[in-house]
Amino acid sequence: MKNLNMTLLASLIAGLGISSPALAQKAEVIHWWTSGGESAALKELAVAYNAAGGQWVDNAIAGGDNARAAAINRIAGGNPPTASQFNTSKQYHELIEAGMLNDVDAVAAKEGWDTWMPGPIKNVIKVKGHYYAVPVNIHSGAWFFYSKAVLAKAGVAEPKTEAEFWTALDKIKASGQTAFAQSGTITYERATFTATLLHMGGRDLYMKFYGDRDVNTVKSAAFKTVLEKFKRLRTYADAGFAGRSWNDTTALLVTDKAGFQTVGDWAKGEFLAANKTAGKEFGCFEGWGPKSSYMVSGDVFVLPKTSNKEMIDAQQLMAKVITSPKTQVAFNMKKGSIPIRPDVDASGMDICAQAGVVALKDPARATPDPSMLMVPDIYGKVADVITKLWNTDMKVEDAQTQLVSALTSN
Amino acid sequence: MKQQRKGPRIAWSAHTALLPMGATVLIAYVVSMLWTVRISLSSSKLLPKSDWTGMTQYVNLFASNRWGTDMLHVWQFGVFFISGALVIGFLLAVFIDQKVRFEGVFRTFYLFSFSISFVACGVIWQWMFNPTLGIQRSLRNWGWENARFDWIASQDMAIYCVVIAVLWHSSGLVMAILLAGLRGVDEELWKAARIEGVPRWRYYLSIVLPQLGAAVGTAVVLLAISVVKLYDAVVAMTNGGPGDATDVPSKFIMDNLFERQNIGLASAASTTMLVTVLIIIAPLLYARSRSRAAGGHT
Repeated sequence: MKNLNMTLLASLIAGLGISSPALAQKAEVIHWWTSGGESAALKELAVAYNAAGGQWVDNAIAGGDNARAAAINRIAGGNPPTASQFNTSKQYHELIEAGMLNDVDAVAAKEGWDTWMPGPIKNVIKVKGHYYAVPVNIHSGAWFFYSKAVLAKAGVAEPKTEAEFWTALDKIKASGQTAFAQSGTITYERATFTATLLHMGGRDLYMKFYGDRDVNTVKSAAFKTVLEKFKRLRTYADAGFAGRSWNDTTALLVTDKAGFQTVGDWAKGEFLAANKTAGKEFGCFEGWGPKSSYMVSGDVFVLPKTSNKEMIDAQQLMAKVITSPKTQVAFNMKKGSIPIRPDVDASGMDICAQAGVVALKDPARATPDPSMLMVPDIYGKVADVITKLWNTDMKVEDAQTQLVSALTSN
Repeated sequence: MKQQRKGPRIAWSAHTALLPMGATVLIAYVVSMLWTVRISLSSSKLLPKSDWTGMTQYVNLFASNRWGTDMLHVWQFGVFFISGALVIGFLLAVFIDQKVRFEGVFRTFYLFSFSISFVACGVIWQWMFNPTLGIQRSLRNWGWENARFDWIASQDMAIYCVVIAVLWHSSGLVMAILLAGLRGVDEELWKAARIEGVPRWRYYLSIVLPQLGAAVGTAVVLLAISVVKLYDAVVAMTNGGPGDATDVPSKFIMDNLFERQNIGLASAASTTMLVTVLIIIAPLLYARSRSRAAGGHT
């Protein structure tokens, strides 16, 4: 509220023609990074921006949905913030179409985004030849994490192939432990399906489903197998999953009560908070084999349209600062994600992040997140079917039929 | 005499005082409602659009499996919740009406749950129903090793977990309303009934209850509103799950309004809810105005 008042006051003063000489480029930033690790990471951005001569005005709103809704309301209402966080996805594409965002072409050209920006990210921030969003990090939502203690107790090593993965699940189950930890929220049920589709069905099938919304793919035998495998995972889950959040689910791995979980790399924060180290107490892999796909997502800042010269300068400065190599390393080390730039030093990162950096360099492995391919509406309808398949005794054939109608809805 | 001939006097000062409220209602409710209906006839996704797509959003809405399930749930919830709250509320009111000692303490005690927010209520009952934390675990710790109470994880029973939680929340309010009604019943009636040898339960059922029409009506309206509003308790308890077992229309609307960026569909769903409520309430209001015109008191 205070920020809002300040902005109102500022615009009033501007309206009266009393423009004060700008001492610092003030940037009001809406974001949803409110947890301990997240705000520590965000602070790196603010510090870097202030050091570059700007003045960061923080406007944190808990919850991605709430923060995005607040930003959209203010943009549509004509009182936009300087910058606002979105996911690296199609969430903000309608704002671009409506001409409500400023581009960052100048910074992009100067920094050479065209040459090094990973493909999946470039595809969702560059629309009709212009860059409309500033990426800050790369996350991946299709990791497998596992508790080394649970695997050891069941006498299995880290699975190197899909077949070994199923064997490991069987053995853990036989040893009386929970083999597969699943969060009971609709988002994470869909995330498990997505990981199954990408890593067991393969990238082609995945791209045809999420990217092309291809109806024949859904009807295919290969896709049916994926749905069956997804249902099979259910048989390894514990009874207490209903309604359980992703972090409570990760806690089962942290406390060595469950074997595997498919989750994003943000789960590392939970392990770190319990003083566990990647490669020591817990392990990670994103798919099997050296050519496995790496699902790319992340966060961006969009810069709402304004004719205010000072605000535009602030936006350009922000775009430059948060994509600079130094800020990228400082921010991503704390966030648990990986930098958007390939030209930074990754040696200080944990083994999971390092594996991600390697995978990202191979365009055949870097795969866009479903939210980059599908509009939120249809992506949500897919989740409605997936959660039914997971939770009820719905037939796989019925799921196929319903997925077809989800894909063809408008 | 002179004044009467002028006809009813317009109370200008009272109307002026009510003006801000009237304006708020007009702008905040009526205009918003019309706007919602307007949006539901457009192809709006993230931002409002001004095109006309006719009934497309409604066709999509009724073609959606999830919406059908949600409507079913709200009826299921409504029937069990309203009847349950009336029965429990009435029994509690009758109990307190027996001139029990420390009546004030009991009354406060029963009404207390109503002061808790739906979110807190949902969280408390989520823990109670959680098989690994709550009732099931307590039963097992007390020796019933095979006790099973995992309704909240069950497709068929999860909605009743929500019913129980919200019943616990709202029954006290029904008690308070019905108790006020009970206190308005002439005590001489009980004395007369006792002379006739009418048992106490029969007295309450056949003599007192029919006189509580207005109180029951008020309670039903309040309960019905909380059925339509049902959202926060569900989000706190199950978030609509497992699967879509406890999904409700208001959650469908909120999902589409924000996360799914489909305000056209969300508006169509809201409008459908509004029309449903109007269809239910209109006959009630009509009956009321009829009986008032006839000099009745309801």
